[in-house]
Amino acid sequence: MKHITVTVNGVRHEADVEERELLVYFLREGLGLTGTNVGCDTSSCGACTIHVNGESVKSCTLLAVQADGMEITTIEGLATNGELHPMQASFQANHGLQCGYCTPGMIMAATSFLKENPNPSEDEIRHGLEGNLCRCTGYHNIVKAVAAVANG
Amino acid sequence: MATTEQPAANIGARRPRKEDPELITGKSRYVDDISIPGMLWMYVVRSPFAHANVRGIDTSAAEQAPGVVGVFTADTLELGALVMAWPINDECKAPPHLPLQKDKVRYVGDPVAVVVAETRVQAKDAAEMVSVDWDPLPAVTDIKAALAPDAPKLYDDLESNDAGSWIFERDSPAPRRAATAPFFDDPDLVKIKEEYYLARLIPNAMEPRGVVVDVNSAMGEYTMYSATQIPHILRTGMAITCGIPEAKLRVIAPDVGGAFGSKLEMYPEEALVLGLAKHLGRPVKWTEERSEGYVATLHGREMYQQIELAATKEGDLKAVRVKLWASMGAYMRLITPGIPMLGAWLYAGVYDPEAYDFEYTNVFTNNTFTDAYRGAGRPEATYAIERSMDALARELGMDPVELRRRNMIDESKFPNYTIVSGLTVDNGNYRGTLDKCLEVLDYDRFRAEQKARRESGSTKVLGVGFSTWLEMCGLAPSRVLAALKYIAGGWDAATIEFMPTGTVRVLTGVSPHGQGEVTTFAQIAADQLGVEFEDVEVLHGDTGVVPLGMDTYGSRGLAVGGVALWKAGEKIIEKARTIAAHELECSEDDLEFSGGNFTVKGTDRSANIKALAFNAWSAHNIPDGMEPGLTANHLYDPPNFSWPNGAHACVVEVDTETGSIDVKRYIAVDDCGVRINPMVVEGQVHGGVAQGIAEALFEEARYDEEGNLLHGTMTTYMVPGPPELPSFELDHTVTPSPTNPMGVKGVGEAGTIAAPPAVINAVVDALAHLGVTNVERPATPERVWNAIQEAKR
Repeated sequence: MKHITVTVNGVRHEADVEERELLVYFLREGLGLTGTNVGCDTSSCGACTIHVNGESVKSCTLLAVQADGMEITTIEGLATNGELHPMQASFQANHGLQCGYCTPGMIMAATSFLKENPNPSEDEIRHGLEGNLCRCTGYHNIVKAVAAVANG
Repeated sequence: MATTEQPAANIGARRPRKEDPELITGKSRYVDDISIPGMLWMYVVRSPFAHANVRGIDTSAAEQAPGVVGVFTADTLELGALVMAWPINDECKAPPHLPLQKDKVRYVGDPVAVVVAETRVQAKDAAEMVSVDWDPLPAVTDIKAALAPDAPKLYDDLESNDAGSWIFERDSPAPRRAATAPFFDDPDLVKIKEEYYLARLIPNAMEPRGVVVDVNSAMGEYTMYSATQIPHILRTGMAITCGIPEAKLRVIAPDVGGAFGSKLEMYPEEALVLGLAKHLGRPVKWTEERSEGYVATLHGREMYQQIELAATKEGDLKAVRVKLWASMGAYMRLITPGIPMLGAWLYAGVYDPEAYDFEYTNVFTNNTFTDAYRGAGRPEATYAIERSMDALARELGMDPVELRRRNMIDESKFPNYTIVSGLTVDNGNYRGTLDKCLEVLDYDRFRAEQKARRESGSTKVLGVGFSTWLEMCGLAPSRVLAALKYIAGGWDAATIEFMPTGTVRVLTGVSPHGQGEVTTFAQIAADQLGVEFEDVEVLHGDTGVVPLGMDTYGSRGLAVGGVALWKAGEKIIEKARTIAAHELECSEDDLEFSGGNFTVKGTDRSANIKALAFNAWSAHNIPDGMEPGLTANHLYDPPNFSWPNGAHACVVEVDTETGSIDVKRYIAVDDCGVRINPMVVEGQVHGGVAQGIAEALFEEARYDEEGNLLHGTMTTYMVPGPPELPSFELDHTVTPSPTNPMGVKGVGEAGTIAAPPAVINAVVDALAHLGVTNVERPATPERVWNAIQEAKR
């Protein structure tokens, strides 16, 4: 067991974690933040994407101990003061989700991507989200939702 | 006749979904999000061999591991066989499928034991300490090899791996128009024979499966949370398998993260978790790992197809004859034997030949069991006829569009036309739909561009492929199901309850998991009852809340469940009318109902349905003998299937030097009847087409000779990401179904049914000038390149 301190969605947490525990399980089972989903065991699907120190990371690729001292944002922390983040609102407005399982990871990846590339082409959006899989939408409306935020 | 939609306030409106707020903020609740105090975790010990005898299982070391509560095998956890609901005929071989295997395993992943521990990690760690004494046997995973006389047999008690055939002439309750033999014997007709192999597919819903069972030992009551499409059907099946009174079992499908047929099942793990909760008297949970799911969750499609067409030299299609050999995998699961039959009436597509023959043979192989995957039987049928129509066009030297148009069922025959396979199609305008598709595509311009590209000598050539398709969904009329030997009915249920405050609660027996019925059903109820969309709550997926239902599969949500809702609405309006007449002291015939108000004709005297609902609840002043309350329910058994159709076109660019394919355009013109929420309909088509394109170009689950799954993780099985797919160009026609009062059809499987032949036809069209006539799917760059090299020889 190792002692870690992490700030998640603005709240500081201290915990003893098993060295082998993945960050995503610490968030889900340790902190009860179940909005971040697990969709695979090979870091392929991106359902567990969160922000670590402001950048998107698949939370199954980090051990909880590696997050010691870091600032984390999950889907639960994206809305501010009860106001949806524009990306969340755009996913609803553009029907960018169906079953919703990939959605938290997709939204976290998309917000991070737009920070890097605020005016992307359709092709750039598709490549920017290539680490995130969706089985419901065929990506059509996801791409549309991201483009709508970019074009403000 | 094509008609234009008349959007009312809600029906026809692109309403943002009621489902979304929780899903976009992380407040959703999927099964793996559920935790119950005192809950134990299950981990499954699976076979690493495709075929082996089990000499013994030593659980002693695992039992001593930290946190372990128990290790169980078939000897120590008694459970009945899993329910198989579709014994297609007397020939059908379906040996009992037990949740844990005792003496023999038949696929990699076959469960033999379970470990139960205090934590997820402890259960998994201890599972590695279970020692099984295996005696490996030769395995067979290819369908044709499994039928060879000397093939390894999966079931010692059976004569062979042949699980029985279904022959149209003998087994179809609807007779076909005529037998095909005279046409294939006619020397004046042109005949073609095509053979296709449809690769095995893995559904890949983004949410892996999971089960949690809570237990109230004192009452003998169980609550199962499962990532399932079928909470109602599952309750019945699990009660049987686990020996629990059905009335003591509540099944809840909470938020479910996609399914595509993969959660239309009764799985070993569901029975195991419930059985363990019963045995141990404690809550138990299991969450599937993705790689585990690749062998433990059902697969789809795999079959060999042989299709023959006979036509005149002018291109009039006369006869269609089909034989299939389908892989069951190792066990008959819920509806495995009947999946190919779901296409049995559709191998002539939208065309109108004179004769039809069809048969299929089911074959056991040492793979994961197959069962329903999005479209189930109908993508297979559409693939065979739409690929072979292109082959016939090549044989006749005709344009594939003209051949299709010439043979389409004439629109004057609708509504209710009995097609060559003997079923009655509700409505369609196939040529009108095709025309719209050609217009969006700009077909003539494409052909000119294709020609110019070829003449330029470019190594990047263009091709277009069409799929003009028809499907039957909205499963299904119960009497037809009876005739097909399916053991349950095909009805669905809806209840509408006006609350005292005037808001409306809708209970539906369908179990959406992404399809959006919480929104679309609220749109229907709001318009029909004249209440606000915001005032309608739709509840589903919990047998404790919605007692009756047949759940979600086969594009039946709207076409069956939605119509049940409409019919319940008609009943509630009639009851409200009686109360209104009583209050307004007039005859019921004098009342007009519109926008929620009953108005005495020719006056301004009226009563609103919300006020009537309060009065019905208080029961202070309702007609003598009337039951209080304003509620109604309806069980709707559809009189016919629903028959969506469409015309899809795919444009590809193929690099003849590398074999790589770029999908440049995908055009989908669909006719699903009246559309309740066009935005939701489009979403269904997008996702279906994406899966269909993936089926054609990317996805396959192959096995090696020992029966190991070669595409056994998400890194090797190619689920397409955003860069692999284009944006889609959608349009639609609307021919309302005369079967139901709303004129609706289904749409959930349309894209998946339509897309694969459009894509492969496009690839073949691009390479036709090189002599390529077929590319096996998925058309990977390697297969395309090889097809080009072979054609050159």
